[in-house]
Amino acid sequence: MYVAVKGGEVAIRNAHRLLDDRRRGDRSVPALTLEQITGQLALAVDRVMAEGSLYDPELAAMAIRQARGDLIEAIFLLRAYRTTLPRLGPSRPLDTGRMRIERRISATYKDLPGGQLLGPTFDYTHRLIDPAMAGAEPIEAPERRPCHPDSNWPRVTDLLGDEDLIEPDGEGAEEPGDLTRDPVSFPTDRAVRLQALARGDEGFLLALGYSTQRGYGRTHPFVGEIRIGFVVVEVDIPELGFSICIGEIRVTECQMVSQFTGNGSESPRFTRGYGLVFGQSERKAMAMSLVERALRAEEFDEERLAPAQDEEFVLEHCDNVAATGFVEHLKLPHYVDFQAELELLRRLRREQEERSRAAQAAGADETREVAE
Amino acid sequence: MPALPGTTAVEGGLPDPVQDAQVIFRGVMNAFARPGTIADLGRPLGAPAPLIPAAAAFLAALADLETPIWLEDCSEAAASWLTFQTGAPFAKEPEAARFAVCSAEAELSRWQRFPVGTAAYPDRSATLLLPVRSWSGGHPLTLIGPGIETSRLIAPAGLPEGFLGAMAANAALFPCGLDLLLVCGMEIMALPRTTRVREA
Amino acid sequence: MKAFSGTDDTSDARRGLMGALALASGKLLAERYATIEAEVPPAIAVRGPEVGLVMLRGRTGGSGAPFNLGEASVTRATVKLESGEVGHALVLGRDTRKARIAAHLDALWQRPEWRDRIDRDVVEPVRADRAETARAMAEETEATRVDFFTVVRGED
Repeated sequence: MYVAVKGGEVAIRNAHRLLDDRRRGDRSVPALTLEQITGQLALAVDRVMAEGSLYDPELAAMAIRQARGDLIEAIFLLRAYRTTLPRLGPSRPLDTGRMRIERRISATYKDLPGGQLLGPTFDYTHRLIDPAMAGAEPIEAPERRPCHPDSNWPRVTDLLGDEDLIEPDGEGAEEPGDLTRDPVSFPTDRAVRLQALARGDEGFLLALGYSTQRGYGRTHPFVGEIRIGFVVVEVDIPELGFSICIGEIRVTECQMVSQFTGNGSESPRFTRGYGLVFGQSERKAMAMSLVERALRAEEFDEERLAPAQDEEFVLEHCDNVAATGFVEHLKLPHYVDFQAELELLRRLRREQEERSRAAQAAGADETREVAE
Repeated sequence: MPALPGTTAVEGGLPDPVQDAQVIFRGVMNAFARPGTIADLGRPLGAPAPLIPAAAAFLAALADLETPIWLEDCSEAAASWLTFQTGAPFAKEPEAARFAVCSAEAELSRWQRFPVGTAAYPDRSATLLLPVRSWSGGHPLTLIGPGIETSRLIAPAGLPEGFLGAMAANAALFPCGLDLLLVCGMEIMALPRTTRVREA
Repeated sequence: MKAFSGTDDTSDARRGLMGALALASGKLLAERYATIEAEVPPAIAVRGPEVGLVMLRGRTGGSGAPFNLGEASVTRATVKLESGEVGHALVLGRDTRKARIAAHLDALWQRPEWRDRIDRDVVEPVRADRAETARAMAEETEATRVDFFTVVRGED
């Protein structure tokens, strides 16, 4: 039997009205502005853009405000928004080699050409909550130091590549697969994996990256280079017949240098994992590059035993919008499903009782027979 | 090879893109729901020749970046117009087409090269736009299949040689196959892959 | 299809113009545009401004095969002048006013009598503003450069 249930409209309407109220909170406190969110909660905005897979700081700020700071809810909002817009075309691939650098560090070379620039980092802070954060004390302007306008930032992987000590950047199709257009089928390729990881959940990738360090798919990683900064976006305009720059975006790139490969015929050399993420998202870019490398196990004839090496496991579970949808749907009405389960359970119990009564009766008969 | 567009390419598009595209979509949907009936797509756009007005309206509403168009007969002006109005790329080979605009003298042997979808994704197939001279005066044909209560009689004039054979071969591919839209002026008639076409 | 290579000087210059307008702050661009708006031939809207998406691509390892990184919101606009010139704009973000202004300037710039005026009154100021912003970030970043010094231990 199927029973349709109606009702709850008033409750839902009032719940949403209550949500509006609780979101706004104390009316004597000024409402958050989008400038405050993009300016002062910039890394939350970056995370929402990266996992929402839509670069638009203002929209991400609106989503964060609407979601009361629940970032996965905000990511969901951004994903929903993007489905309402037409896609006008692909960009030319971003050239991270020509980034306007905001931070650039290497754990493999102390004196790499171009140098190490810390940028606005949490590293080397003491992780003590600063009482100043409770107030609005004036903040000093940053220190400035003159620099050469056309500084050159060679990539660490190119330095190793010049000596053929590391695998090249990786070849593949000029027209990459797109998981937002075609369902993913396994085995997939590196381009689709990178797309899935770039929009994957930071927490999930962090845990998986960590697991590779602890031995579940070990890759002996070193941070060859992390760079954060702005890259220009260029798009081919068919009606013009040439490409134009349409603006600039901030990205974080991580080049993870990993253990050797090679065999009798091929000289041993480093392999690598790659991370590229919207905004300033260093932890995510690092985790992404660890997992990206682990997922290439088959390519290097490595044993595939760990979760981080299993592309079906990683790709099918790294999307937090898909995950939250399936987990959270469990709270929605399952009254009929559950009635069916309950009915089944009751029948099983009834049958078990009948069997045990019958067994008891038979046992009593036997006892009688033996007695006789 | 489309030249850089002058004003002709940027003009004559849908005056109100959202509303107009929805009206055209609805017309096309109804046509496919009732094969063999004639649907009117409204006021013609300012598309250059040799684009048939109904084909131009269909493409302006439905073609985009992800639907390569294959043109059997093309002018530079028509190509520039489609590029600006739809953003759709041109398929170099019939195999890559999602929409194919056939010429009045359509080469039916080419139809075997259009994508017909796969068993898992029968939707990954091409929709063909085939011009006819008029909706009457041709060989009478009987249509049967979904969307037709019993049977429906049509007699479009100007169908290419070997049309019935091509339609029979297409029907045999079901659930794969091509979907056909006959176009004449601003009017269309759908012959989806589910419709069987016979001599009346 | 023409090769996407900026084939001649005019298209190179036009690319430069469109890029400078795209990189400009919407606020400053509107301010500069306001200084010429009353004098220039008006723009007739042809398409948009309308918001859409561009799929941003990266390259595997930084310079290998392309992959889809994620989308960005963009706004495009096409306008024409009475005299026939067609101006296009495609800019990151959802600032429809910025896209419309950029398309109008692109159309005007194709008319020789307006080119110098637009370069002087709009393009140069927005370029200078952007250069200053970029320089500030570069110098602030430069101040965080690590100067290593090695402590030598033992003899030799």
